[in-house]
Amino acid sequence: MQRNTIMALKLHGPAMSTSTSLVITCLHEKEVDFELVPVDLFAGEHKQPHFLAKNPFGQVPVLEDGDLTLFESRAISTYVAEKFKETGYDLTRQQNLQEAALVKVWMEVESQQFCPAIAPIVYQFYVDPLKGVSPDQAMIDVNLEKLGKVLDIYEARLSSTKYLAGDFYSLADLHHIPYTHYLMKTPAASVINERPHVKAWWEDISSRPASKKTAEGMTFGEK
Amino acid sequence: MSTSTSLVIICLHEKEVDFELVPVDLFAGEQKQPHFLAKNPFGQVPVLEDGDLTLFESRAISAYIAEKFKETGYDLLRHQNLQEAALVKVWMEVESQQFHPAIAPIVYQFYVVPLKGVSPDQAIIDDNLEKLGKVLDIYEARLSSTKYLAGDFYSLADLHHLPYTCYLMKTTAASVINERPHVKAWWEDISSRPVSKKAAEGMTFGEKCTLKIKALLL
Repeated sequence: MQRNTIMALKLHGPAMSTSTSLVITCLHEKEVDFELVPVDLFAGEHKQPHFLAKNPFGQVPVLEDGDLTLFESRAISTYVAEKFKETGYDLTRQQNLQEAALVKVWMEVESQQFCPAIAPIVYQFYVDPLKGVSPDQAMIDVNLEKLGKVLDIYEARLSSTKYLAGDFYSLADLHHIPYTHYLMKTPAASVINERPHVKAWWEDISSRPASKKTAEGMTFGEK
Repeated sequence: MSTSTSLVIICLHEKEVDFELVPVDLFAGEQKQPHFLAKNPFGQVPVLEDGDLTLFESRAISAYIAEKFKETGYDLLRHQNLQEAALVKVWMEVESQQFHPAIAPIVYQFYVVPLKGVSPDQAIIDDNLEKLGKVLDIYEARLSSTKYLAGDFYSLADLHHLPYTCYLMKTTAASVINERPHVKAWWEDISSRPVSKKAAEGMTFGEKCTLKIKALLL
C-alpha cells in the first residue's frame, strides 16, 4: 500500500490527549505521514502566545498543512479524511450520499450526546488526581447515568447495524475511541461491558491496527 | 420556533430547496412519543426525511443539504476550494464546541425556564455570559481580519450562529454582542440577509401553540 508522503503535515499536541489521539488515529487510518510536535500542557504551553497564534482558543491539537492552520479535532479529522480520500481506509463514504449523510449524523451524535456525558467522567478519573483532588463521585454518577441512556440508544442501533452509520466502519465510530479508551481502564467500563452490542462494537473498533497503534501513545501515567 | 429546526430552515432557504415543514408539538411531548423516536431515538427536533433517508442532528442535516444541493442557491461549504472548506469546518466546530455551550444556557434561562413558571437563574446567566464573552473576544479578533468567520465569505459556519443569537439579541444579554464592534457588524450583516430575516419571522416564543405547516415555494 502506498503511503502519502507528499505533504509534510505537522500535528501539534501531546500523544496522550484525547483530541490529539483522535487526529492521530485518523492519520493512521488514511496512511498519511505526519510529524507530531509535542505540546506541554502541564507547563501551560497551549496558553502561550506562540500557540495562541495557531489556535486562539488555546487547545490541542493544531494541524499545519503548508500555510493552512486548522484546529478543533473533529474539523481536522474530517479534513484529513476528505483530502486523503484516495489512500487508506474510506472513513467518510463520500461516494455514497446516503452513507456519507449517516456518517455525519453519528459524528454529531458523538459530539452532542456522547462526549458531554463521557468527558466529565474521564476528567474526574484522570485529570483531577493530577491536581491532587479526589474524583468527585457525585459528578461521576450523574454523568454515568446520562452516558448509560445514550448507550442504551447505541445498543439498539448496534443491534441492527454493525457500526454506527451502517455496516461499515467510519469516522463516526473512530471519534468515540479516545475517550472510551480511557474509560475502559476505570470501574466505569461497566457501562460499555453491560451492553453486549456496544461491547462487541468497542472490541472491534479498538482492535483495528490504527487504533492499537495510537493507543500505545495514550498513557496518562506520570507528569 | 426551535433553534435547531430554524438552523435547518435557514440552510434550506439559502440553498433554494423546497420542503414541507411538519409541526412537532414539543409542549405536548410529541418528540418523546414512539412514532417520533422511531425517526430520532434521541427524541429531539429536527428530523429530515429525504425519501427513505432519515437524518437527525441539525448540524449534520444542514451539512448534508449544503452538499447535496451544492448546485443551487448560495455556496455555503466552499467545496471547490479545499482550504476554504477546511476553515468552514473549523469554525462550524467552534460554534458547536465553544459558542453553543455558553449561549444555550443563557437563552434557556430567558425563554424556557419562564414557561415552567420559574424565574431565570441570574447566576447561571452571569456565569455563562462570562464564558460567552471570552469566546466572543476571540471572535472580535478574528473578525478584525476577516469579514466572516471562515474567511471573507459567508458560510455555513456563520449561519450556524443565527438561531441562538437571534433569541439572545432580544434580551438584556445582547450587550455581549453589541459591545464588540466587529462582532456587532458581523451580526448585523448575517442577520440582515433576506433568508435570515425570513426565518426570524418564524422564531417567536410567544404562546404555547403548535407550529403552522408552511408549504414553501421557491
